Amino acid sequence: MENVTKRFGKVVANNAINLELREGEILSLLGENGSGKTTLMNMLSGIYFPDEGQIYIHGKPVTIASPKDAFNYGIGMIHQHFKLVDVFTATENIVLGLEGKLDLTEAGKKVKEICDKYGFDIDPNQKIYDMSVSQKQTVEIVKVLFRGADILILDEPTAVLTPQETDKLFQIMRNMKADGKSLIIITHKLHEVLDVSDRVAVLRKGEYIGDVATKDADQQSLTDMMVGHSVSLNIDRPDPVNVTPRLVLDGLTVFDELGVKRLDNVSFTVNAGEVLGVAGVAGSGQRELLESIAGLYPIASGSVTYYDPADGKTKNLVGMDPMDIRKSGIAMSFVPEDRLGMGLVGSMGMTGNMMLRSWRKGHGVFLNRKDPEDLAQRIWQELEVVTPSTSFPVRRMSGGNVQKVLVGREIAQAPAVLMTAYAVRGLDINTSYTIYNLLTEQKMKGIAVMYVGEDLDVLLELCDRIVVLCGGQVSGVVDARTADKRQIGALMTRMEGGKTDE
Amino acid sequence: MNKKQSLFHIAKRDTLPWYKSFAIRGCAILLALVVCAVVTMLLTGENPVNIFATIFKGAFGSARKSWVTFQNLAVLLGISLAVTPAFKMRFWNIGAEGQVLIGCLATAACMICLADKLPNAVLILVSLAAALAAGALWGFLPAFFKAKWNTNETLFTLMMNYIATQLAAFFIIVWEVPKGAGKIGIINQGTEAGWLPVVGGQKYLLVILVVAVLTVFMYIYLNYSKHGYEIAVVGESQRTASYAGIKVERVIVRTMVLSGAVCGLMGLLLTAGTDHTLTTTIVGGRGFTAVMVSWMAKFNPIIMIFTSLLLVVLGRGASEISSTFGLNQSFSDILTGIILFFIIGSEFFITYQVSLRKSGKKEA
Amino acid sequence: MFFDFASFLPRAVMQGIPLLYGSTGEILTEKSGNLNLGIPGIMYVGGICGVVGAFFYEQAVPAAEMNGILAIGIPMVCSLLGSLLMGLLYCLLTVTLRANQNVTGLAMTTFGVGIGNFFGGSLIKLTGSEVPSIALSTTSAYFSKSLPFAAKCGWFGQIFLSYGFLAYLAILLALLASYFLKHTRPGLHLRAVGESASTADAAGINVTKYKYLATCIGSMIAGLGGLYYVMDYASGVWSNNAFGDRGWLAIALVIFTIWRPNVSVLASILFGGFYILYLYIPTGTNLAIKELYKMLPYVVTLAVLIIVSLRKKREDQPPASLGLSFFREER
Repeated sequence: MENVTKRFGKVVANNAINLELREGEILSLLGENGSGKTTLMNMLSGIYFPDEGQIYIHGKPVTIASPKDAFNYGIGMIHQHFKLVDVFTATENIVLGLEGKLDLTEAGKKVKEICDKYGFDIDPNQKIYDMSVSQKQTVEIVKVLFRGADILILDEPTAVLTPQETDKLFQIMRNMKADGKSLIIITHKLHEVLDVSDRVAVLRKGEYIGDVATKDADQQSLTDMMVGHSVSLNIDRPDPVNVTPRLVLDGLTVFDELGVKRLDNVSFTVNAGEVLGVAGVAGSGQRELLESIAGLYPIASGSVTYYDPADGKTKNLVGMDPMDIRKSGIAMSFVPEDRLGMGLVGSMGMTGNMMLRSWRKGHGVFLNRKDPEDLAQRIWQELEVVTPSTSFPVRRMSGGNVQKVLVGREIAQAPAVLMTAYAVRGLDINTSYTIYNLLTEQKMKGIAVMYVGEDLDVLLELCDRIVVLCGGQVSGVVDARTADKRQIGALMTRMEGGKTDE
Repeated sequence: MNKKQSLFHIAKRDTLPWYKSFAIRGCAILLALVVCAVVTMLLTGENPVNIFATIFKGAFGSARKSWVTFQNLAVLLGISLAVTPAFKMRFWNIGAEGQVLIGCLATAACMICLADKLPNAVLILVSLAAALAAGALWGFLPAFFKAKWNTNETLFTLMMNYIATQLAAFFIIVWEVPKGAGKIGIINQGTEAGWLPVVGGQKYLLVILVVAVLTVFMYIYLNYSKHGYEIAVVGESQRTASYAGIKVERVIVRTMVLSGAVCGLMGLLLTAGTDHTLTTTIVGGRGFTAVMVSWMAKFNPIIMIFTSLLLVVLGRGASEISSTFGLNQSFSDILTGIILFFIIGSEFFITYQVSLRKSGKKEA
Repeated sequence: MFFDFASFLPRAVMQGIPLLYGSTGEILTEKSGNLNLGIPGIMYVGGICGVVGAFFYEQAVPAAEMNGILAIGIPMVCSLLGSLLMGLLYCLLTVTLRANQNVTGLAMTTFGVGIGNFFGGSLIKLTGSEVPSIALSTTSAYFSKSLPFAAKCGWFGQIFLSYGFLAYLAILLALLASYFLKHTRPGLHLRAVGESASTADAAGINVTKYKYLATCIGSMIAGLGGLYYVMDYASGVWSNNAFGDRGWLAIALVIFTIWRPNVSVLASILFGGFYILYLYIPTGTNLAIKELYKMLPYVVTLAVLIIVSLRKKREDQPPASLGLSFFREER
């Protein structure tokens, strides 16, 4: 790729990037979130079309205007968000987009062959909506191989996998390399880069920084390249004081609308003055856990007991909806995983979003706009939210600013319990640290903080204790100061070989 | 598509200043009017100036015509206002036709069955209550199933239209005057029982006043009330709404009951206020047109005054053209269609930016 | 009380055929993710275009010299062209310009019904006839010609062989559409487009092309429903608004059959039966009751709508991206 540039409106996502991939190697594309890695790769796979620049394959200039063109040049991309049709079988998804007569039996056989060759484990006739995340990823990889791709691009493939599944994936990647294929893996996890790749290319804020052979690199040098200046990887973690139980979960069991058990007999205690981490493979029940506590998910059995910090009285939250909880005087804040789909209203400005928490306040039928407006102004300034005005739709803000608005609002509720789900997903390092600090601040104020996270390094450095979920059950509670990643990884997959259906 | 992709570059716009988006819409309407004029020219051989003059004459040519235009405007606007809260909630209610008709039916029932049993003022109040309740019921049913089981509301409300039509047809035969006529005629022509009072000596003034009040009410309701806020949040995302402690099911049902009741009110105004009769076609497709009026105005009650005015003037003008030049009455539907297509199409240029890709840099 | 089944069934079939055309067309369209509420208008246009074509052919050529192939071919081509134009208009607005599908569809229905009635009304005036309708009996005779030996086969002939060719074509098209969706590659691709346009796009499927093709072909099929109605069912008599609400019923049928054209063959006949049931139930002199029987198809559709929404099977749900427009560079 030579001098490739892509703009979205005024934002330059990639600026004059030169990148080279050699045959039979694994190249890591390293960069922070928002540094333009995915955009760059989307241009290789034909999803986006570059504004400027030229792509060469085997030395010949080529035009990749559509994903079809990319296939024809042997480029296949495994997207972070799987591009699969849920109601189709694995085979139907794999042959999607190919030409010629449709023969699913024949295709099914060929899929089996590929699986045997590289060591995949999927059933060609299984429907996608019945599959686990790692199985879906496998379908994506088989799909690309089925088309005879010799350049594979994997966009953050490990984000949804357990350490064990990651190891398996890396082994498969090495098999493919041995088979003469070239691979690009997009990631921001340094140890993975060092583990699997031959060469590392680094992007920062849409600019190409440089590349190094993996054997010449270490964690520190790569971090420097990635963020531009050395950052301390340490998160400030004061020792908790005055730890008292705030929420006690006992035997919590929930079912989703299809009748599948999502939480199974979950019991643990959330303490005031402590950050409690929740770890687990994606879809192990984290969402259901937080939503059950917040009154958004029907609880089949078990209890959630709340200890009032003012008078020590207890209340059972089961059967309450968010409004009941609020009315009974419990200040519970919740930063959900789906920011614009659940925590905020995308088409409204900051003020309108502040009202989500306060719209009922005041007597009469009319809204109070004054207080939310003041709160919006305060968050705008204190958290340095980048937005032209408090009425600017939050959907048009960048991910980091959206999250600041959401977290700012939730903290402003002066909560007794603060629950966060993937609070730093998609944020740059600086904003992430802002969030970590805010959470720690809340902890020191004596608030019970729950932090659902996916990055085990952060969990281990930020939290005091970590609850590990696996298949809807608590597989262990560990002390974050003494536990290590392997231990948590093992707990994440303890049951039934890591059953992780979403 | 690939060729086109490399010729045109389409990107989502940041927010467009309001005057620009209005300019785009204005251009679309102008273009649409030109196309309408060309079509009319081809069909009548008349020159465009005459055509527009005829349209204007049809709408405002005499005091009577102006009154009719304003009455039509009021009815269309009223129904549009009725459907708006539901649409803001992303509830695709295309059943206004049936909700208004069932209001008409309820009113007619009261006027016919209770005419000699109640004093006039009480009769009107009873009619009002009946019309509101009937419309509310027609709004409640689809909303209830939508809220409980997520039943597709577009088709549900559509079917409810036909059920209302057949009910009306049934009662028209039951009450037909004279027997065997298959229609009702003017109800209580002699006694005028149950007729809404005439305000200020103008038969249509009352309707216009009621709708004017309704417009202001709806504007305030949607923008400044707690209910309005709940509707906006539910429309954006039901998950966000329940997260914020809004009872989604209740909001859906309540909003549709309101929508239906306002439609019922419009039914009362039609049957007891202006037409004094009941036919299966008394609503005349305005329940569907209202959807487009509301959508074109981006659900803003004030802008709706102008969008419904546009359609009403055009419709009245087109029927003037058809009678002047001996064309079929359906001509106005065609003109309305053309205008709508242009306005619908123009939204694209407000949301997206289209620029020519420089052909020299096509390969990359 | 005797229920004359042998005469009821053929009439139910004849009522059902326009619905079958409409629903087959709409299923194809919806499988591409386009919810085309303009189908009622398109069926009007399909009907009137056929009428216009037939009218001018009948005017130009004396009845005795009419050529069977032309008498059928001209109205058919006109009808197909008319509904194709409507399909293109819908695609231009919703696919290329990404307009709201519901609003576009409603506008198309207003427009299409307007076109039908306008040209129908104008033709009626042109003929200067007393009654508000045009009769194209010669053309209709070609369309409704049934197999010569049908009359000899007794009840069997009456139930299975008494229809014009368009009726068989409707069933054939529905079965073909069903096979196409389930067993061919373009069918698989089309379903993928309707389920998740971005997935299909990433797989190298030309989403725009599929949406255009499916919607336009769907419109043309639906338009034939209008043509069948005038030429065969109504014996070549066009009168304004006679086609009524059949277009909306066709859309209801799509849900009734859970997006399966082969099921639609039987379901449309069932609906046709509901539509005319009031004629076969003795109500004596009480005409009003008949109006209540006419409510039946709508009530049944409502019931199905509710039942389908109660069952939560994944395969029975509408195409996932139905009603959404697709923009590749959406961020």
